[in-house]
Amino acid sequence: MSTAEAPALPAPGPGPAPAAPAARNPARAWLRLFGAELRLVFGRRRNQLLLAVTVVFPVVIGIALRVAAPHPQGGGNGPGAAFFNQLAGNGVFLTFIALSTLLILVLPVVVAVVAGDSVAGEAGYGTLRYLLAVPAGRTRLLAVKFAAIVMFGLAATVIVSAVSLATGAALFPVGPVTLLSGATVPLAEGLLRVLFVTLYVAAAMAALGAIGLAISTLTEHAIGAIAAIAILVVTSEVVDQVPQLAAIGPYLPTHWWLSFDSILRAPVDTSTLLKGLLSFGVYAVLFGSFAWARFTSADVTS
Amino acid sequence: MTAISSTGLTKRFRGGQLAVDHIDLLVPNGAVYGFLGPNGSGKTTTIRMLLGLAFPTSGQAELLGVPVPAGANRVLHRVGSLVEGPAFYPFLSGRDNLARYDAADRTADPRTMPDRISEALERVGLLPAAGKRYRHYSLGMKQRLAIAASLLRPRELIILDEPTNGLDPQGTREVRALVRQIAADGTTVFVSSHLLAEVEQVCTHVGVMRTGRLVFQGPLPELRRTGAARVVVQTADADGAVKVFATLGLTDTQAGPDEASALLGDAEPEHVCAELVHAGIGVRGFSVASPSLEDLFVGLTGEGFDVDG
Repeated sequence: MSTAEAPALPAPGPGPAPAAPAARNPARAWLRLFGAELRLVFGRRRNQLLLAVTVVFPVVIGIALRVAAPHPQGGGNGPGAAFFNQLAGNGVFLTFIALSTLLILVLPVVVAVVAGDSVAGEAGYGTLRYLLAVPAGRTRLLAVKFAAIVMFGLAATVIVSAVSLATGAALFPVGPVTLLSGATVPLAEGLLRVLFVTLYVAAAMAALGAIGLAISTLTEHAIGAIAAIAILVVTSEVVDQVPQLAAIGPYLPTHWWLSFDSILRAPVDTSTLLKGLLSFGVYAVLFGSFAWARFTSADVTS
Repeated sequence: MTAISSTGLTKRFRGGQLAVDHIDLLVPNGAVYGFLGPNGSGKTTTIRMLLGLAFPTSGQAELLGVPVPAGANRVLHRVGSLVEGPAFYPFLSGRDNLARYDAADRTADPRTMPDRISEALERVGLLPAAGKRYRHYSLGMKQRLAIAASLLRPRELIILDEPTNGLDPQGTREVRALVRQIAADGTTVFVSSHLLAEVEQVCTHVGVMRTGRLVFQGPLPELRRTGAARVVVQTADADGAVKVFATLGLTDTQAGPDEASALLGDAEPEHVCAELVHAGIGVRGFSVASPSLEDLFVGLTGEGFDVDG
């Protein structure tokens, strides 16, 4: 190896190599780093375990409801109570039951682990200083990190939906879907609505991911960041339940998460959905900007 | 052109502590620059600023003619570095760890990556352990993997922060040989250490830090020349010799039981000797002694344990 006279040229590979532009293309280079980030996040055993948990939950919930709840009418008023009444008639509803149950803590924690670890974990290992010295570029690295968090949240949500559908189909009858508003739609349209519900929940998790990313830039202790995100979620959910604080409810980060039931009405309650998506967007932009401002200006001391 | 230069580079921590105090670095192209100083003298903070990891409080710095931190993303791919010890993902193998860093380099060609990784591992003798998880590496192997990471691309400048920290003498020798080899390829090497002895054999230039200030910088022979020579006389009449020194205008005179010495200054040793003999001092031995590099270094940085600031 010798010092290149023209430092801009990449190391000459074997054979003819007119391909410098390929490596130069910023989009391709970005995708390469994104791919490496996805491999790191999805290849990590801890994270694979988290995804395995999201597989197990819908199955367990499905079995439990099949065995223990032949008379769903007495189902109380917990999250997704309306869905329980429908499940006996249609397995598709297991998706909504599983999503609304896991949205309370499991899905947020899954996202919190990856988001909290994203920057703080690198800082803790000391790999952050080497990534920046490569140089990965601070803004670029942050964007890749956020994209990977979003992908992980999407993966977890899709897994819950897919496994719920499969479990529901195996344990309950499946057919045309009776919506919460009473109308019945064909199974295909029901499945389309399942897809929209999944994407809506993934959007909620992406917003949480932005909050987690911002918290992650504040510390080099991943576990602290993860705990902080989880506490934030639980606090927000508790405050949202206090009637005296109803005025601030709509501004809480978790308030609109369960509003996906708007998709299961005819006509779809778009105003509620849009408010939810607006809330997610505002939280993502706000905390994404905070993360960026912090990450691009702070000394890396780890 | 200079590989590294800075003017008035300063870093004040939020607590108010002045970690780096107006240093003007000048590392010529092709040099092996030993960046010396005790632990806590500001070496690592300086390196962090050069690599764009920390932002200077004031002053400017340039790497290969490009201002940092502003242009860090344009120039750092030409610079290999090891900062404050190795850092990798414990759950990945050595090879996968290097692939991770290479993927972050937007100027690296992914198709040549496997070959470049193998070559870098080969150079540091880690190829046999390439598939082993990093967490199972010994300290020496970790250090060598970090050096391999800095060699993934052809570099014009390599910055090594305490590359021999925690290594046994054998490992230290290996790193020294590697530094020599890298320098022989024409790469400028900037290597920090708190031990002069570790870098003295490979350096062409040195900079010496003390409590955030650069107290010496220049070619190694120049540091040697700064050592003030002393004239030392073995004699039974040390007090008499000291009187002669005084009449000759020599300073810092010292008298021992059988020995007297003084700073030589501009005086001719021959003249001093003749005067001693002329004054009737029984001269048993006469010598001019220059301090060792180690003595000079300690003189510049202070004895160990005196952490100022």
